Amino acid sequence: MTFIGPIKFAIDLLAVLLLALGIKGLSKVRSAREANRLAAIAMLLAAFGVLMNSQGTIGISINSWVWIISGTLIGGLLGAITAKKVPMTAMPEIVALFNGCGGMSSLLVALGVALFPSSEGSDGVASELVKNFSIVVSLFVGAITFSGSIVAMAKLQGWLSTPSWTQSKARHFFNILCAALALIGGIYLSIDGQNGLFLIVVASCLLGIGVTLPIGGADMPVVISLLNSYSGVAAAAAGFVVGSQLLIVAGAMVGAAGLILTQVMCDGMNRSLVSVLFGGALGTSSVASGGGGGEYTNITSCSPEECALTLEAAERVVIVPGYGLAVAQAQHTLREVTRVLESADIEVTYAIHPVAGRMPGHMNVLLAEADVPYEQLKEMDVINPEFPATDVVLVLGANDVVNPQAKNDQTSPLYGMPVLDVQEARTVFVVKRGMSAGYSGIKNDLFDLQNTSMVFGDAKKVLGDLLLELKELGVGSKG
Amino acid sequence: MSFFSEALWVLLLGSLLGLELIGKVPPTLHTPLMSGANAISGITMLAALTLIIKSGENLPLLIIGSISLGFALFNVIGGFLVTDRMLAMFSRKKTRK
Repeated sequence: MTFIGPIKFAIDLLAVLLLALGIKGLSKVRSAREANRLAAIAMLLAAFGVLMNSQGTIGISINSWVWIISGTLIGGLLGAITAKKVPMTAMPEIVALFNGCGGMSSLLVALGVALFPSSEGSDGVASELVKNFSIVVSLFVGAITFSGSIVAMAKLQGWLSTPSWTQSKARHFFNILCAALALIGGIYLSIDGQNGLFLIVVASCLLGIGVTLPIGGADMPVVISLLNSYSGVAAAAAGFVVGSQLLIVAGAMVGAAGLILTQVMCDGMNRSLVSVLFGGALGTSSVASGGGGGEYTNITSCSPEECALTLEAAERVVIVPGYGLAVAQAQHTLREVTRVLESADIEVTYAIHPVAGRMPGHMNVLLAEADVPYEQLKEMDVINPEFPATDVVLVLGANDVVNPQAKNDQTSPLYGMPVLDVQEARTVFVVKRGMSAGYSGIKNDLFDLQNTSMVFGDAKKVLGDLLLELKELGVGSKG
Repeated sequence: MSFFSEALWVLLLGSLLGLELIGKVPPTLHTPLMSGANAISGITMLAALTLIIKSGENLPLLIIGSISLGFALFNVIGGFLVTDRMLAMFSRKKTRK
């Protein structure tokens, strides 16, 4: 049985290699799908390695097998069902949910080892202090990841709103208190390995809630990405607890990659990580200070009928899909409208702002789901110079990403954020449920412009009406 | 101390690797990448497995381990499947063209 060690070692190495290639491949469109499978295979290999190694060395009791299989079946089945059933629009929530469960898993491992120290230690995992410290980190990060992710999910689902106290200074006090309590618990636990256990868990859970609760809906993806990075850290910490280097490597890779991804997202939204985490929901604070406020003076609204007439006469149409489209789940209706337009030889492209949808890249997924050809999706830098040559821009449930204030008004809180220059087009239609401000809570100067007309209504309903009107006009039917 | 110092090296190098792996990500892939990386973070399932295997006849520990394993696999299997579902939509476009 002496060769089991080396085989396990080889499997671990292979798994790490595949995981690294997987993460690498996931950042390229061409290789992404294979890369995802590669990573899945790596995980399977790693699990096989652990089982084989244990079976060959210390043996796995029947009892253990029962618990392993039941845990695997229940968790795996629920995961598979959730993954198959969830609508594409709910993607941010579901990533948050999965992520929270990963954090919970790390937390439970550390909890088990802390409660029953005798079960561990056959590896000679360094000194007591080091082991206890690893447990503390695993508990702390795991709990924050779990509670933070669940709050994030609940807020994205609309189950939780932003309580007003979280916008005040009180929340900093609350968070600092929780952090301090967790620290005290951590010190206790590091020293004697028993006391302080539940203090850490409870205080860290509360800290996760306290940090996530004040954050507004549009910043949430950044938080989820950050929590995703945390769950990597939690996994690495669990690796220290049970003495698995594979776990440490994988956890560290996810942790670091998640951090980079978070940074990339922040750049796309022109927000700094610090302001996302400590600035609170941008909306409430900026309304309170009155920044970028003012009344609308020159709103033109029109019916879907007028909109259809203008579209009929257009040659070049650009669609700007946003959060509202995603929420209304109108991507399929949109696709039908654009099919009609295309059949009438009207050129249709989609301008995708880096943070369009509910999460960066989310809009691409939604439009892909609705069968929109990939080549028609234009990124912001590509489409911006083309707006002056565009007849009609249809803004669907987007707001802040088309606000010209970001370019023109230095006093605006949005100033400096990259935006789509839709106002350069000849006519702009903005489909919107009402005059309420966007996520930033700031007036949108675009709505006041001469060439902008508002079409009020839910994106899906308006697009449905538009489709009927276009068909009545006979657009595309001759071709 | 040897495991600990080795493990710290592993942690350091793993982090550096993670930083290097994702250089430029096209915005299209932000969501799938996040969900894929998320699935990988469910690697804690290995820790849960180890915990169960080593717990012997200790029932509470077996239960904790099993729940932990369940959570981890929910994360892993759900994460990979949902990522695949998203990426399938992109690749479908490519092949049809």
